[in-house]
Amino acid sequence: MYRIVKKRELAENVDEFVIEAPEIAQKAKPGQFVIIRISKKGERIPLTIAEKDPEFGTITLMVQRVGKTTFHLSCFEEEHIIPDVVGPLGKPTHIEKWGHVVCIGGGLGLAPIHHIAQGVKEAGNEITTIMGFRRKDLVFWEDKMKLLSDKVIVTTNDGSYGMKGLVTDALQKLIDDGVKIDMVITAGPVPMMKAVAELTKKYEIPTVASLNPIMVDGTGMCGACRVTVDGEVKFACVDGPEFDAHKVDFDELINRLNMFKTLEAEALKMFQKKHCGCGKE
Amino acid sequence: MGKKEIKKERIPVPERPAEERIKDFKEVKLGYTPELAIEEAKRCIQCPTAPCVEGCPVRVPIPQFIKLIAEGKFVEAARKIKEENILPSICGRVCPQEDQCEKVCVIGKIGQPVNIGGLEAFAGDYEARMGSEKIEKAEPTGKKVAIVGSGPGGITCAVDLAKLGHSVTIFEALHEPGGVLIYGIPEFRLPNEIVHRELEALKELGVEIKLNCVIGKTKTLEELRREFDAVFIASGAGLPYMLNIEGLNLNGVYSANEFLTRVNLMGAYRFPEYDTPVFAGKRLAVIGGGNTAMDVARTAKRLKGVEEVYIIYRRSEKEMPARVEEIHHAKEEGVIFKTLTNPVKFIGENGWLKGIECVRMELSEPDESGRRRPVPIEGSNFVIDVETVVLAIGQGPNPIVMEGVEGLEIGKWGQIIVDPETCQTSLEGVFAGGDVIHGGSTVIQAMGDARKAAAAIHEYLLEK
Repeated sequence: MYRIVKKRELAENVDEFVIEAPEIAQKAKPGQFVIIRISKKGERIPLTIAEKDPEFGTITLMVQRVGKTTFHLSCFEEEHIIPDVVGPLGKPTHIEKWGHVVCIGGGLGLAPIHHIAQGVKEAGNEITTIMGFRRKDLVFWEDKMKLLSDKVIVTTNDGSYGMKGLVTDALQKLIDDGVKIDMVITAGPVPMMKAVAELTKKYEIPTVASLNPIMVDGTGMCGACRVTVDGEVKFACVDGPEFDAHKVDFDELINRLNMFKTLEAEALKMFQKKHCGCGKE
Repeated sequence: MGKKEIKKERIPVPERPAEERIKDFKEVKLGYTPELAIEEAKRCIQCPTAPCVEGCPVRVPIPQFIKLIAEGKFVEAARKIKEENILPSICGRVCPQEDQCEKVCVIGKIGQPVNIGGLEAFAGDYEARMGSEKIEKAEPTGKKVAIVGSGPGGITCAVDLAKLGHSVTIFEALHEPGGVLIYGIPEFRLPNEIVHRELEALKELGVEIKLNCVIGKTKTLEELRREFDAVFIASGAGLPYMLNIEGLNLNGVYSANEFLTRVNLMGAYRFPEYDTPVFAGKRLAVIGGGNTAMDVARTAKRLKGVEEVYIIYRRSEKEMPARVEEIHHAKEEGVIFKTLTNPVKFIGENGWLKGIECVRMELSEPDESGRRRPVPIEGSNFVIDVETVVLAIGQGPNPIVMEGVEGLEIGKWGQIIVDPETCQTSLEGVFAGGDVIHGGSTVIQAMGDARKAAAAIHEYLLEK
């Protein structure tokens, strides 16, 4: 049984949950994720471990409300029990002392980026973090990333906070300023990761992306999460979720994320009809 | 009294008609009534050689339990079976009896063999309604055994060891125990309720099941070896083989494992009451000719909106590894068989599957497996229009369990190598059985291995 120890709203439609899961907290390494199921009739969804506390036996998960399960989860308050949390899953991030690492997170992509940045810092790297949001009131975890990073650049699409523009604009500026970059690690919406990969490929900067395909079991038994990397089929849940961003077929990933879109919309609509005031819209 | 006349024809097990049963996921077979069971049991001639027992990998005392049924002692019959097999309701339904006990039945030489599977399921179901008896257990030995996986192999090994007084903990990666019995075999062949019911016996024996625990990730095999006196690995063959042809990653292309897990384990056929969706278009094709392929085809037939279901198989029907009964059921339910047909390319439009380009095949000389090798007929390519395709071309052992383990001998297709007599691996105190050593096999094979392993583990623990 996995108890919610702490819950808070980070931004509109984004919640942070601290969950009691001592075994997972002990084992979790940067880049790994869990699969959770929140009710008897529920589905299994993957969520990245944003932070862990082995001493208190907790892990921190970040959840963006996009569909039925995430909206339903946002109704859960502290002390509520989540029936199933399994992990840590996936391969840990490969970390070495590269030199200067630029970590780029868009929205919920900050969850993997935060945990990875912890590992990257421990390995003695210099870190610049670029955090991308649509607008000011969606910004979160800037303080946490500042603790880990030598430099933090926040971008907003509309310029309401920090630098106006996209994460790639901030990255381009670093490159134009002649900053030496040894490694880029990125996580966030697929179009953003794709844009980052295209930019760094031009400058031949090694880049790793943490992918977010659809998953069911998360242990390599079904292949729902398969992606094409360097022309080969890989299962993101066991071979990843991180891959060489210059070799990922991002267009295929975007397409596969749409596979259940119609059904997902139907499920959300039904849920919100039944739970007024609970769907938080 | 003269010599008893042998009835050559078996008493059929009542089944729901195809038109009715394809509308839901309820069980196809209705099972014997007590009267029919007695009648069928009387066909057994109680031959002294009892080759059927030899044909059963867990050596169920078949003539004895059948005699009890013939006498109307149904509960006693079930308990007789349970001396060797605690899962009669499951095995009676899913064992390939025609290749095991029924294959060697003496009556089979002059007519149809006794329906041993049907009688076993009847006895198990009957006893369950009457309330099961408490299972006898030896004094605690103080020894602890860890079992990886709660499928048929893990369950059988756990029961045998618990009966001998050992303390047993099963580690299961999914949120429900049962392995393939829960996520793989569809409810219309084996209702989940029956699996849950037969697993109750584990609780009674004091076996602990730890769910959501992935060995290799949440805990490592090395940790299990430190914390337990012995380990049995029964993690199955949960790694789907993919057909590496163009268009594999189009939307609408599933592995059988994904498709069946969504529908059976996650209840996607009850979407949106259950949250897990399954997308299936009007026309669906299954690639493969095994039992999994039949399960997928018959499952698809029952999904809302699916009109046509094809089985695409590269050999002819005669070479199909699926049980004859399953092929028969699939045909009755309207599944269309496209044999001697092989997919060469999945055709897409805007990222979604629209059709499969296939080539016709012909059979040439037998290969090393003894089956005639299919070869493509040049220029015979054609397209089958479908929106969904499910690959059921087999699976291998999932490597996660072995992650980071040193000294464990692994074969060329990822299987754990064991001593065939004891099921012991190359690591001391670590045993393995079922699909993780054979690849995709049968429930009863896994149970037979588990039984052998349990005996060897017991011996190992006594000597330790």
